[in-house]
Amino acid sequence: MAIREHRLVFKHIDALGYTRDIDCYLKHGGYEMLKKGFAMGGAAIREEVKKSQLRGRGGAGFPTGTKWSFIDPAKVTKPIYLICNADESEPGTFKDRQIIYKDPHQLIEGMILSCFANGVKLAYLYIRCEFTEGWKILEKALGEARSHGFLGKNILKSGYDLEIHVHRGAGAYICGEETGLIESLEGKRAYPRIKPPYFPAVLGLYMCPTIVNNVETLCNVKHIVEMGGEAYAKIGRPNNTGTRLLCVSGDVVKPGYYEFPCGALTMGELIHDVCGGIRNGGKLKAVIPGGSSAKVLRAGETYKIKEKGPDGNLVEKEVKLEDLRMDFDTLASAGSMAGSGGVIVMDQTRDMVECLANISTFYAHESCGQCTPCREGVLWMKKILARIAEGHGREDDPNMLKEVADRIAGRTICAFGEAASWPVQSFIGKFKEEFSLRIRRNGTAAKRDTVSLTH
Amino acid sequence: MSVPLHAGTDHCAGPERGEITPALERQAEELVARYPVSKRSAVLPLLHLWQETFGYIGPRGVEWIAQKLSLQEIQVLELVTFYPWFRQRPYGKFHFRVCRTLPCALGGSGKTFAALKNLLQLKGDAQEGALVSEDGFFSLEYSECLASCGTAPVVLCNDDFHEKVDEKRAAELVSACR
Repeated sequence: MAIREHRLVFKHIDALGYTRDIDCYLKHGGYEMLKKGFAMGGAAIREEVKKSQLRGRGGAGFPTGTKWSFIDPAKVTKPIYLICNADESEPGTFKDRQIIYKDPHQLIEGMILSCFANGVKLAYLYIRCEFTEGWKILEKALGEARSHGFLGKNILKSGYDLEIHVHRGAGAYICGEETGLIESLEGKRAYPRIKPPYFPAVLGLYMCPTIVNNVETLCNVKHIVEMGGEAYAKIGRPNNTGTRLLCVSGDVVKPGYYEFPCGALTMGELIHDVCGGIRNGGKLKAVIPGGSSAKVLRAGETYKIKEKGPDGNLVEKEVKLEDLRMDFDTLASAGSMAGSGGVIVMDQTRDMVECLANISTFYAHESCGQCTPCREGVLWMKKILARIAEGHGREDDPNMLKEVADRIAGRTICAFGEAASWPVQSFIGKFKEEFSLRIRRNGTAAKRDTVSLTH
Repeated sequence: MSVPLHAGTDHCAGPERGEITPALERQAEELVARYPVSKRSAVLPLLHLWQETFGYIGPRGVEWIAQKLSLQEIQVLELVTFYPWFRQRPYGKFHFRVCRTLPCALGGSGKTFAALKNLLQLKGDAQEGALVSEDGFFSLEYSECLASCGTAPVVLCNDDFHEKVDEKRAAELVSACR
């Protein structure tokens, strides 16, 4: 099977001789799009981004052009801020790391263009502090951009001023949630804000209109300026345009990061052809398609997918797991999500009780503690799962887990409640027999060697 | 500000040792200048600066930062207790963070952690927080996803990032520290 990668954002990543300094970037046509974008004007860039139908790459898949259109730089009297969300921390995701470490100027150019398009004079790049080298790389790259006149006062003699600063997080997953991120950037605990009224486009950073975009999204803006929105929209599939960075981890022969036109390949092609299949000749048991929050998919499942037929009408098709297209709409109609592009693969030797216990430990650790259903419920789910895994499960525990999860989702300020509940709902729903078996065998079959779960 | 602050843990004996040099003051000023709208935004950068300079954040750091930014000390301390990266007691000269989240766990990070715990002769329950060796040379803790799931299991040793750290590689890392 010849499925070729289509490298747009990752064009230079790992290319022989390509370095992250500005000289190398300039040699490869770097910052040329800045000149083009400045000549086009901000409104024209916004229009191209809208035409491109680019959807946010951080997890929610919200159309970037629409997000931008909530703010009209011509009418807003307050300052407008832009924040690059480089807090990449959704388990299974490691795409932004590649851009930051190996091609930081691409991100900076995309960010400057996005700032220019939206009349932003001051922007922040919020990076998770665990990228211990990443923030130094970005500081250096920003310094280089400044000394070349791409940042600061009167950029490229256009009369446009912009400053970008790096801001380091401090190890909290919730900072990836945009309003939590804003609170954190204001020097507070990262408690997400309630919407309404605190939509970032209206009351964001310092109560001013604010745009928060993911690293990959901002890089794509550069390519949209380069090729035009319509040409960009031809990559991928309708409503799922452009390329997608996919990160594959877990039990495959070749884990790693890949870039494909959105929806160009299926789950089966990704796992078996691109990633060389399941390691040690094993069999696929389950896959989480879009970061650990996404609902798990079980091998052997089929899904009813609604797709536009050649005549434009919606046709319902039955599709096997392996034949699911890796795009936003297909994974959503399969009951999961494309999320952040982090695909976690589990083979037939994996114990689903332990996998879920591990995931729930993560969410229990990361709940910010602001909303009671999440603070109490997520910890409760972790405790129940730990006791099942350790051989002290109670007969009613699977039902209890589902009940707790059902009562968190939809009852919290931010989407963390859903993110923590979806894995529990889907693992219990799809692998209930494993949970029941573990509980029936209590004590005798409890093992904890494959996945460290309770720490 | 003169009232001594009790940061809330027995380990936080304070005051953190070391001199507040003019260079440190300058660095702090530079960081604060990045936030022309609100200097409160500089709390996280200053906490990082303090921890990198003195090893941990005790009452002296909290007071220094609060004064610099005209904040109440609690507005600084509540961040120290919220963000997992910050610590209120000294860790080892070499601090290991082992990723425990699912992709790394599938890759065997539990074994890596156990190997390190054994090699560094650390005792105690890792659920209670970081384990620190008696001589203060090594410390070890679990961390959540470090965003390099394709090269699991991954480990941070101080600021150095290590990929595919199996038990053998863990032993090599430890001997490199000694």
